[in-house]
Amino acid sequence: MATGKLAAAQQPSPAPASPPARFVVVLDAAHGGDDTGGRLTSGQLEKNFTLALNVRLRSLLAARGIQVVTTRDSDAVVEPNRRAEIANHAQAQACLSLHASESGSGIHLFTSSLAPTQTVRFAAWKTAQAAWVTRSLALAGALNSALLHSGMSVTLGRTTLPAVDSMTCPAVAIEIAPELDQDKKVTAGLDDKDYQARVAAALAAALVEWRTEAHP
Amino acid sequence: MIPRYQKFLFGILLVASLVMGVALWQLRERAHQRMIAGQDSAPTSAPEVAPAEQATLLVANDSDSSLLTQVHSLPLPADPGSRARAVLGKLLDIYAAPSAAHPVPGGGSSVLQVFLLPAPALAPPAINPINPATGRPKAPASSARPAEAQQTGPQLAVVNLAGNFTASHPSGIETETLTVLSICGTLHANLPRVTQVRFLVDGLQRATLAGHADLTRTYLAADATPAEGVHP
Repeated sequence: MATGKLAAAQQPSPAPASPPARFVVVLDAAHGGDDTGGRLTSGQLEKNFTLALNVRLRSLLAARGIQVVTTRDSDAVVEPNRRAEIANHAQAQACLSLHASESGSGIHLFTSSLAPTQTVRFAAWKTAQAAWVTRSLALAGALNSALLHSGMSVTLGRTTLPAVDSMTCPAVAIEIAPELDQDKKVTAGLDDKDYQARVAAALAAALVEWRTEAHP
Repeated sequence: MIPRYQKFLFGILLVASLVMGVALWQLRERAHQRMIAGQDSAPTSAPEVAPAEQATLLVANDSDSSLLTQVHSLPLPADPGSRARAVLGKLLDIYAAPSAAHPVPGGGSSVLQVFLLPAPALAPPAINPINPATGRPKAPASSARPAEAQQTGPQLAVVNLAGNFTASHPSGIETETLTVLSICGTLHANLPRVTQVRFLVDGLQRATLAGHADLTRTYLAADATPAEGVHP
């Protein structure tokens, strides 16, 4: 009996079920507090637009079982370094910085203009995104596909944003501009609720697709 | 009968009047000569205008987020710093025009100065190997003389913008990025030695142009010169 107990103890115990892969998205509603951002044609401030989109997108992602971390949930000042700190502590698989502008048309997707580098143990704070640029470009591609699939015009570009350049996650800055037709006439303004809903739905669909790619 | 002393006094007064008249006439002549001499030193011909030359501008277009190359003929000074300021002034004049494809108020007067300095190396300096004989780091081998490098080496352009330009610049990632890249690309196109660009606003460092584009970093001018029609 004792031998049997010992044998049972020596048998390898079944491996504990591995926890489901953690998939976290950081939503960074740009501006806030005294930093109002741009003033949109409707008179709305960019900081309020990004916060509203942040709330809408968070609900859509939560409904799809995606964990969301936000850099702000109210009209508060959050410094760029603090935004990057929140994103980096979350160890997220996608970080989206939300913006709005009356310039241009459609959706502008920006990734960091830093040159891609290898991952290093200690990265410089202001260029930490360099090791993630390749993944950020892939995330921008996934977002681009989903937005195009929803019938929206998309512009891809590279830029330098203080918060994004310090993030250690696949990071994309999304700037939403009015939708214009061939004659440069507005077909969907930033205050158009249907347009906002279509953008949020396309971004949520893109992140669900991105989760599948990250954790097949 | 007139007394003798009165005749004598009259004579003295007459002579004094004549002397004073001559003195006044001479003083007037001297003042006149001084005035003529002053007029001679004033410019009497128009200042020479720098000859018109071809300048290449990278002009932003908001509708398709592109930088398009345009060639303009404009007077360009010989001094490189003044030349850079003149080229950027023309670029910002285009943006301030009523039907601009990339509307930004302010115009050419928004470029206060452009300073050209020897470009610092962006990569960290290599660690010098240890000399086994002395146990101390070897002195780095100089590849070029400092004076020669200053005359032919890469340059850093420091663009000092006016505060009212940044205050009135439209806010947005795309529009701000296009402004920064078009300035960097235009500088590099006309002054090929300019490889790096930094920005000041009213002589001071500023975090962003209008809330988005980072103005604290050094921009590489070559990165802002894409092929025609390609998004930056």
